[in-house]
Amino acid sequence: MANVAVCVLGSLGYDRAAQGAAGAGRALAESIGGELHALVIGPASDDAVAALAAVADRVVIGANEALGDYQPEQALQAAQQLHAAGGGDYVAVLLSNDTYSQEIAPRLAHRLGGSSMADAAAIRADGDHLLAQRTAYGGKAISIYRLKKQPAVVWLRARGFEPAPEQPSPGDVTNVDLALDPPRIRITGREVAAQEGVRLEDAPVIVSGGRGLGGPEPFQELKKLADAIGAEQGASRAACDAGWVPPNWQVGQTGKKVAPELYIAIAISGASQHLLGMGDSKVVAAINTDADAPIFKHCSFGIVEDYKQVVPLLTEKLQAMAG
Amino acid sequence: MKLLVCLKQILDPDVPARDFQIDPAARAARRGGANLVTNIFCENAVETALQLREAAGGDVKITALCYGESSAEDCLRKAMAMTVDEACLVERDGNTNPDAAAVGRVLAAAIRRLEQDGGPFDAVLVGRESGDWGVGQTGGLLAEELGRPALGFVESLQPGNGGVTLRRQTDVGIEVAEAESPFLVTITNNEDNVPRIPKTRDVMMSYRKPLQKLSLADLELDSEEIRAGSSIFEVEEIFIPADEVECELAEGDTLEERVDQLAKRIHEVVASIG
Repeated sequence: MANVAVCVLGSLGYDRAAQGAAGAGRALAESIGGELHALVIGPASDDAVAALAAVADRVVIGANEALGDYQPEQALQAAQQLHAAGGGDYVAVLLSNDTYSQEIAPRLAHRLGGSSMADAAAIRADGDHLLAQRTAYGGKAISIYRLKKQPAVVWLRARGFEPAPEQPSPGDVTNVDLALDPPRIRITGREVAAQEGVRLEDAPVIVSGGRGLGGPEPFQELKKLADAIGAEQGASRAACDAGWVPPNWQVGQTGKKVAPELYIAIAISGASQHLLGMGDSKVVAAINTDADAPIFKHCSFGIVEDYKQVVPLLTEKLQAMAG
Repeated sequence: MKLLVCLKQILDPDVPARDFQIDPAARAARRGGANLVTNIFCENAVETALQLREAAGGDVKITALCYGESSAEDCLRKAMAMTVDEACLVERDGNTNPDAAAVGRVLAAAIRRLEQDGGPFDAVLVGRESGDWGVGQTGGLLAEELGRPALGFVESLQPGNGGVTLRRQTDVGIEVAEAESPFLVTITNNEDNVPRIPKTRDVMMSYRKPLQKLSLADLELDSEEIRAGSSIFEVEEIFIPADEVECELAEGDTLEERVDQLAKRIHEVVASIG
């Protein structure tokens, strides 16, 4: 009997990324006739546990208080022990795309004698192997990897997957006490960037600005547009590198990989490294003066116009429609 | 203090999309007229190590290590021109795109060899991912091969209380960490670790610095498994996505009409999310 595990951090809760990872896990489990288990690193809220139990056949929580404060070495030890506590017979261990999951994935794969892969946009079983699709060469190509060892430990472009459906009856929940060593690298401080609203990766709508804006001020104008439609704000590498907006706004190969329902690219030409960060968005809209900009080959609809002319008027109209 | 920086030579990622081609037999990009360059995050790692040496003020030795073709000597020379002290090239023999498990094992064996006299490197620095395949697994797998603690997405290393203080980028902002030697970090870019341009004099000097070459046999890794480099994963298929999506451009005689069309489309999508 082979099963699938989704491994989440309790402190992040059952967010949209975890829902997508669980959804990918359920689809994979069904395809191989196995169960979906949720492995939870650290204490989680009652709501998050209930939500996980509703979609998984089994939930195993490493509830040590120490795990509430993320330390990579301990999270890794926890994941390894949770894997065993859940039965250990997993063809795949799926993680979502937060920083912590990303750094744990290859190391967990090594400890479990499995394969590892990053940033998968699609997965499927092929016999004993898992096939994982992802972008390569800065978004210029799509590659499909054959993962040859079990378990395949893969972090997913999680928001791109449909949330897991609720099951007829909730799965069993087990709390286990894990043996943790003191970490040899210790995170001692966090300078949490002032961030309003939700994580960019979890935002259903994103309004992003690029080099064409020419400076930091126009992002204020874009904020009004974002507020009118309940969107979060992002930016291209050029805008972040220029210091117009904080680095954690960056969408692209070296920034965040997002897959919202709607991505609005304003004054962004659409370099392949940017497309790599947002190419899985359900709907892309573009505002750009250059009709030949690559972004127009990657969007559903758009307008060839100066953003200065468009954005205030667009904001006004959308405010009226929402009101 | 001793630092080791791992480098990867890759196809220039700035090749425009229109010149980019796949070699179906090799299941990789065709080189065409593109240059081979050092992966940018690896150069950020070199710069980060140099800045730690400058901040520490004392005796810090930096070694650059690469598993690659003989052409990768250029990357190591450039690192030494940036004032890295010495370099080591493990000559790749076999698969030109080995999986991260093979790379991790080769780098780990080379690091242990380099540590035979003089003890462990205090820190091993690896780029967070490469600009070609971008799988980003090498750092984590190397940490496990070496049995050392690791931290990802680090942007700076500074001398700390008896160890090294690390700053790194996460989803929620900056995290600060304390590390005791030996440890491994993967390096990401920020405005402060942009790789320096080598001075002409240092470029000349780089040819006088030691560059050691090792073969897989020297490292007792002369096996079919390492050569094939596909024990945990391999590329099954690679293709250029059809990017000609039909974009519906807003039409109308006046700006007002065009923006109105755009607003309606956006409103439609937003309303459907609920």
